[in-house]
Amino acid sequence: MLDQIIDSGKKATRDGFGAGLHAIGQQNDEVVALCADLIGSLKMQAFIKDFPERFFQVGIAEANMMGIAAGLATAGKIPYTGTFANFSTGRVYDQIRQSIAYSHKNVKVCASHAGLTLGEDGATHQILEDMGMMRMLPGFTVINPCDYNQTKAATIAIAEHYGPVYLRFGRPSWPNFTAEDQKFEIGKALLMSEGSDVSLFATGHMVWNAVEAAKIVAAEGISVELINIHTIKPLDEEAILESALKTKAVVTAEEHQRNGGLGDAVAQVLSRKAPTPQEYIAVNDSFGESGKPVELLSKYGLGVDDIVQAIRNVIKRK
Amino acid sequence: MADIQKLKQIASQVRRDIIRQTHSAASGHPGGSLGCTDFLVALYFDLMEHDPSFNMKAKGEDVFFLSNGHISPVWYSVLARSGYFPTAELATFRQINSRMQGHPATHEGLPGIRVASGSLGQGLSVAIGMALAKKLDGDDKTIYALTGDGELEEGQVWEAMMFAAHHKVDNLVVAVDWNGQQIDGPTEEVMSLGDLPAKWAAFGWEIVHLEDGNDMEQVVAKLNEAKSKTGQGKPIVIMMKTEMGFGVDFMQGTHKWHGKAPNAEQTADALSQLEETLGDY
Repeated sequence: MLDQIIDSGKKATRDGFGAGLHAIGQQNDEVVALCADLIGSLKMQAFIKDFPERFFQVGIAEANMMGIAAGLATAGKIPYTGTFANFSTGRVYDQIRQSIAYSHKNVKVCASHAGLTLGEDGATHQILEDMGMMRMLPGFTVINPCDYNQTKAATIAIAEHYGPVYLRFGRPSWPNFTAEDQKFEIGKALLMSEGSDVSLFATGHMVWNAVEAAKIVAAEGISVELINIHTIKPLDEEAILESALKTKAVVTAEEHQRNGGLGDAVAQVLSRKAPTPQEYIAVNDSFGESGKPVELLSKYGLGVDDIVQAIRNVIKRK
Repeated sequence: MADIQKLKQIASQVRRDIIRQTHSAASGHPGGSLGCTDFLVALYFDLMEHDPSFNMKAKGEDVFFLSNGHISPVWYSVLARSGYFPTAELATFRQINSRMQGHPATHEGLPGIRVASGSLGQGLSVAIGMALAKKLDGDDKTIYALTGDGELEEGQVWEAMMFAAHHKVDNLVVAVDWNGQQIDGPTEEVMSLGDLPAKWAAFGWEIVHLEDGNDMEQVVAKLNEAKSKTGQGKPIVIMMKTEMGFGVDFMQGTHKWHGKAPNAEQTADALSQLEETLGDY
């Protein structure tokens, strides 16, 4: 099963968002889009070309964008906001909290350039706290798809879900390995490969690193159960518990701070229902820096080798 | 033609409701509520076409957004007196298990509220969003919003002002409660607002001056003037001069009653100055 996970050619997850936005724009007249001066970065051109009247350029004013989206949603529209993850969350947290989350608005906060893989722009833009912030907001759905195909499918699927959603994706070209015409189910973990020795729960870009790590340790005779947790909230507790109870060892992998992300979400489930040794692959209370995406992942402990080591370590703790 | 006398009577009752709500909650913001009473009464009882059976999307209706959410007592009273919910519910203001939260919210499903407000500076953006949706839907009704003057110290308001002019959001009327007071003191001491009408004009807005926002006749006339200017390519702002605490002599014209509730004695004094016209809740 692991051998069948193959990169069909690198593509950026943000391109998946652009393609998905255009597709859902064709299917649903209520979908509108807003952007804070980053149309090219968010790949929104196709939507804008075909639906110019349903697109609003907000300029460099993210707080205003969130409020306008709340107003559009009040009237029944399905607004997709587009800017970098940093400016989609930390910069506008209170606007999202009051006007969108607390007010139950059907707004899709779509965030590109998340995490270290933003690369050369450096730590000012490499937000690593966004999933933690967003999953703390009551009623918010938090999604972090792993590749182009999954991001496209998620972008389409969130229009059918009533309620606020944080959709997180990234900048770099990255392996594209999930099914092209997949149906995206919010909150449903995706079993990538069955295994028996360790459960590897990964999200976003880290799913591919997890695939590579699982292949390496397979050669040592370690059987990894690889599960793609594309939805951080609501978390698929059932899938996590089932796997953890079977393997009795867990590794989580995310392009995010240790505090507040996937690892903490998984630990919360395990500590309550099935205490299990767990290793975190995440940034350890640090800001990032400029560099190439793969170099940065390696420097901050998110490389393939780091996952391999975490797998070996957690098995020893069984 | 508006029945000014009738509107004044409603305003007197709304002011009583504000005093009684804040007194029984032993908290809340009576000052700004009293100052904006005439404006909200004129909007809901004269100018706006709205349906108290309440539909969130408000297709075919005029809509009001309160950005300075702390003056919730006046809005709650006006909504109740308009028939959105029973006036008896005003007694639950700021109590536990109430739909009448300290600051307006949709969370408990109070009819008439479409977005939470209280954290300042956000309402104008939300109003713009709904105005854009009305244009997309070919709905020719108008969006109204109220913002405090101190609230204009929030940067988001200026982002919204820029957007509304650039995108020609001309189905939008915003009133600024220009009472010159904020919690810590007069606005000119806390943070000078400068030449406010000139600033709004420079941002591309059509200006309507309302010299006495506590004179019902003027309020009605200027609201109608503002409405007549919709659909002409520019958003409209009413520079509405009010007196914080208007209608209660010891509360009038000072920031001291911005966020302070009257005690029993003060409540009796205040109510003696306000005629009970529609029956207390």
